[in-house]
Parts: sequence; C-alpha cells; structure tokens
Amino acid sequence: MNTTVNLLIGLAMGLNLLALGSSRLPSIIRAMSVQGMALGLLPLLLEHELDWRVVAVALVTVAVKGFVIPQLLRRAMRAANIEREVEPFIGFVPSLLLGAAGTVAAVAGARALLLLPEHAGTLLVPGALASIFTGLILLVARAKAISQVCGYLIMENGIYLFGLLLIHSTPLLVESGILLDVTVGIFVTGIIVDRIQRAFDSLDTRKLTVLRE
Amino acid sequence: MKELLLIIVPLAGAALAALWPGERTRPWLLPAVGLVHSVLAFWLLLEPPRVAPDAWLAFDPLARAVLPAVSLLFLVCAAYGVSYLRIRAERSNRVFVASLLAMLGLLSAGHQSRHLGLLWITTEALTLTAVPLLHFNGTARAFEATWKYLLVGGTGIAMSLLGSFCLGYASLYGGGTGDLTFGAMMAQGAGLSRPWVLIAWVLLLVGYGTKMGLAPMHTWKPDAYGEAPGIVGAMLAGGVTTVAFTALLRVRAVVDAAGAGAIADRTLLVIGLFSVVVAALFLLGTRDFKRMLAYSSVEHMGILVIGAGLGRAGVWAALFHVWTNCLTKGTLFLSAGNIRRAAGARTCDEVSGMAVVTPQSAALFVAGLFAVTACPPFGPFFSELRVLRAAIEGGHWAATGVFLGGLLFAFFGLTRLVFAIVDGRPRTPARTGGAHLRESIGVILPPLALLGFSLWLGLATPAVLRDAWTAAVAQLFPAS
Repeated sequence: MNTTVNLLIGLAMGLNLLALGSSRLPSIIRAMSVQGMALGLLPLLLEHELDWRVVAVALVTVAVKGFVIPQLLRRAMRAANIEREVEPFIGFVPSLLLGAAGTVAAVAGARALLLLPEHAGTLLVPGALASIFTGLILLVARAKAISQVCGYLIMENGIYLFGLLLIHSTPLLVESGILLDVTVGIFVTGIIVDRIQRAFDSLDTRKLTVLRE
Repeated sequence: MKELLLIIVPLAGAALAALWPGERTRPWLLPAVGLVHSVLAFWLLLEPPRVAPDAWLAFDPLARAVLPAVSLLFLVCAAYGVSYLRIRAERSNRVFVASLLAMLGLLSAGHQSRHLGLLWITTEALTLTAVPLLHFNGTARAFEATWKYLLVGGTGIAMSLLGSFCLGYASLYGGGTGDLTFGAMMAQGAGLSRPWVLIAWVLLLVGYGTKMGLAPMHTWKPDAYGEAPGIVGAMLAGGVTTVAFTALLRVRAVVDAAGAGAIADRTLLVIGLFSVVVAALFLLGTRDFKRMLAYSSVEHMGILVIGAGLGRAGVWAALFHVWTNCLTKGTLFLSAGNIRRAAGARTCDEVSGMAVVTPQSAALFVAGLFAVTACPPFGPFFSELRVLRAAIEGGHWAATGVFLGGLLFAFFGLTRLVFAIVDGRPRTPARTGGAHLRESIGVILPPLALLGFSLWLGLATPAVLRDAWTAAVAQLFPAS
C-alpha cells in the first residue's frame, strides 16, 4: 500500500516541476488539476477501513481539485481573453532549477524531522514540503494573476498532503470545511481576476503598481 | 444558547440583506442586527454562561473579555453606515450590507472557537467576506488593494493552516490523540512533542500575524485601509485583527503548557517591538492620511503583541488595550472618512485647512489623534501605561526603551500629518468638494460616541470589564 501512496506523491512532485517549467497557462492549470486528483485519492489508500465518509471526502476532493477549480480558472482565463504565454519574473529554467533544489532539500530535510514510524517510510512530508515550496515560487515568480492563483493552489495541495498525517485524528468536519473554504476562495479570486482584467485591460500584476511607495 | 445566537443572528441578517428588495431601507438592517448583537453580548458579559470544557464553540472567559468591544464597535459603525450608504446611493449596497453582517457573525464565531481547525475556517471565511467590502469603491486602485490583500492574506492563512496541522502532529507524536481543541492540547501539556510545537508556533505566528498586520507581514494593510471605506477600515482594524490576536493568545497558552512559554514570549516581544519601530518609521514618511491609519494600526498590533509576551500582567494590559484601541480606531477611521469625502483627496499635498471645511470632523480627528497616541486622559494612555508597567516589572529594560522610542516617533509622524491636513487655508478643490458632505448628526455622532467610550474606559474602567480580563488571564495561565 505504501508503494502506491509513494507513487502518487512522486507523481505530484513531478507535476510540481512540470508546473514550474511550463510557459503556457493551460499546462500549469492541467498540472495543478492532475496533482489535485492524485492527492485526492490518497485518503482511500491511507485509511485502514473505508467507511462512506472517507469515500465521500475523497470523491469531493477529486471533483473540486480536479474539475471544479480548474474549470473556474479556465473560464476566468477565457473571459479575460488573455494571451496564454506566462510572463515570468524569474525565468523558467532558473525556477525549474530552484524547484528541483527545493525538492531535494525537502527529501533530505524530512529525514531530520521527528516522524512516527508509520509516516517515516512514506513521501508524505517531503511531498508536502516540496509542493509548498513550488507554490511559493510560482506565487512570487509569475506575473499573471492566474498563474499566481495556481501557485497558491499548489501550495494548498502541499498543506493538504501534510494534513493527511492527521487523517486518523482530524475530524472530517474540519477537512470538509477547509475544502469548502478553498473552493469559495477560488470563486472569489475568479471574480477579482475578472475585475482586474476589466479595470487594467490586463492580467499582468506588474501593472498593479499604483499603490507602491 | 444565547452564545450561538451571536453567530446565527448576524448570519441570518446577512441572508436577509441579500434578499431584501429595498435599496434605501436595506442599510437599516445593519444597526438592527448590531443592536441585537450588542444586547446579547453585554448580557453575556454580565451573566457569563457555563462553558463545557470540550465544547468547540463557547462564550468562554477570553471571548467574554473581547467580543463585547467588537460588538460595540460594530453597532456604532452600523449607525454610521446608514448615513454613509445614503451618501453613496449611486452604488448598490446589497453585497456590502450582506458581507458586513456576515463579517459580524464570523467575528463572533472566531472569538468563540475553541478548536484550532474551526478557528482556521472562520478566519479564512472572514478574509473572504472582507473582499467585497474592500473593493466597494470599484476603482482600479481598490481592485489592486484587494488583490494584494487576497494574495498576502491567503498565503498567511495557508501558513496558519500548516501550523495547525503541525500542532496536531505534535500531539500525535507525543502519544496524544491529535485532538485540536485548545482544552485537550493544554491538558496534554508537556506530552506535546516540543520540536513540532516550536515549528507550529513559528507558522501560526506568521499566519495569524499576517491577519493582524504585524511587521513585516503588514504589507497588505496600507493599501487595503487606504482604498476601503472608513467603516470597513474600522471593522478590519478593530474586529478582524482582534480575532487573529485572540487566536495567538490561545495558541500561546498551548505552547506555554507544552513548556516552551519562554521562547514564545521572547518571539512575541521581538516581533511586537519590530512592528512598533517599523510603523513609527513609515509614519514619519507617509503623506496619505488614510494610509497613516494603517501604519498606526500596525503600531497598535505591535503593542498588543508586546503585552501578550509579558506574562499575566502584560496579557491583562493587552486585553485592556484591545478595548481602547478598538474604540479609538473607530473614531479615527470614521472622522478620516468624513474628511476624505469632503476633501476629495487623501494626501497632505492636496488637502489642508479642513478645520474650516469640516470643523466637527476635523476636531474629532485631532481628538482621535491625541487618543491614539496615548495622551492622557484617553483610554489608550491607561492601557499602554499598563503594558509599560508590565515591561518594567518584568525587567525588560531594553524593550522598554525601544518601545518608548517607537511611541515617540509615531507621535511625531501622526501629529505632523494630522495638523498639515487640519491647519492652514482650504485648497480650492476641497472648497468645492465640501458640498458633497454635510456634517449631519449621522456622520458626526458615531465617531463622537466612540471617542466618549474610549475616554470613559480610561477614566473609569468598569469593574465588570476588569473582572472579565482577569478571568481571561486565569483561563490563559491555568498553572499558577
């Protein structure tokens, strides 16, 4: 079972690098949504006994992270009618190298952390740290509002992965609340992205500099 | 049951506001709900309910010590809101009223949350309800401010979620159940895994510190307060930041129970002093009187956190300061809103002589300035004196020196800017623009009332409040 878990997390870590290296917005969104689906399946593998609530949370997570949020973002992208090239603050190759270094550091650093025996053998913590780091890079390195949202979501995926350490103790209410908040958050962000587009005729956050001191 | 009504009534009010057809009558829902909420909150202050130790939501001593202040601030802002929305009749107020009421419900829920996950959900939801309020003016600048708020606030709130998980793992690793209620975590105490507790503390301090607007995570604040309507700024500065502060107090108590209280206190002191100093430096430089309020808020958040890091006496002083800061900031935001509306501009390069154009608002603004810079006899003087006393009694001489220096420079910065705006001859645009704002009772009485409350709190702090703060301190320091 651990092998499957590690395989899915390894896939998520690969998708991190794909998102960092890709220059086109739709491929970043695709990487993010596949990552969300892969991570959404994990509760099914980690939970010892499958009751209907675990299945429900997994299904909802896959649906939201894999379909609802990417669809909202694609719609925002179409409505904004922007060019699909992603213009970076930090180039693609440097951010890819940075991400790779971060992933290596996450794998090495996770060994230094105190983990329970059942978690020490999995990639849960390294995967979480690597995704959080990737998300932060995307947040600061990309200029387009939608790529920043993708960065935020990849970071959320990493935090979600970390939260799976607590799957046997965190009540489902909390998990579903978190998921709901993320969805609403993206919905609100979608609206703001649309307004920014109308107000500035661009989604380039570099134009958002009126308020600089 | 009454404590749940504090959450349900405003949320139901928000739903009603979303459905309410009359554009002109809808703003009256704000004071109506605010009044019910205040009556409930003060009733509960006088007659505290029993608290089940493992309850996820309860009107516990900490909620009792701060929530009535937020409720009072909301009631006064709501009264102001009726007049304000009449002036702004050109924009639909449906979303604005609904979001403001939802914000009140979530503020009540946040103060009463005794479960770390639930607290996180309410804080995140609070962030989202603020979004439509921030871009109410619909200008490009307002959207830019909202975007920064979402990005910085969202990243901060993500860090606090990660911190919450780390605290849960600290419990799990220490052989506990991973239960995230504050009561259960404090009961586990030294059983919590110390390295994980420390990681969690750093992340939660960054996360909730971003919500509070502590330097260096304060970058969203000047933009948001600069672009939002005054009443929104008042609710953010007095309400939302307070929830983040009580969250930090609750987490600090857990860290203390785990045996790392000294480290937590030291970090709180350092970050608090840093905020005061950074705010003072920016106050010396800014020329925009609405951004000035944001830096002043950063300064006062720093003072709260300094108090939180000074043990029992310090926390007592900080809870006192929550009240005085909440009410004084309300005066400043509302009177600054009046001046901004009358002057049509916000920097001291474009605005002067407001003592002639809007004499009453200008007088309130100046009085609010003296109150917020802790001049006697206003409330903040007494609460900051308590913080200072706690620092001196704790033997933190260097911290006391830096703190006083920061306060002094903040005073210079604030007075320089306020008098530049109030004094002198009115500029031409201000004279013509002044016609847009009549200084009616509706826009003068609310800030005046808040100033009165702030004065009263300082001169004659009611015994019931002193007892409430003492009870909250006892809740946060159960050991001794």
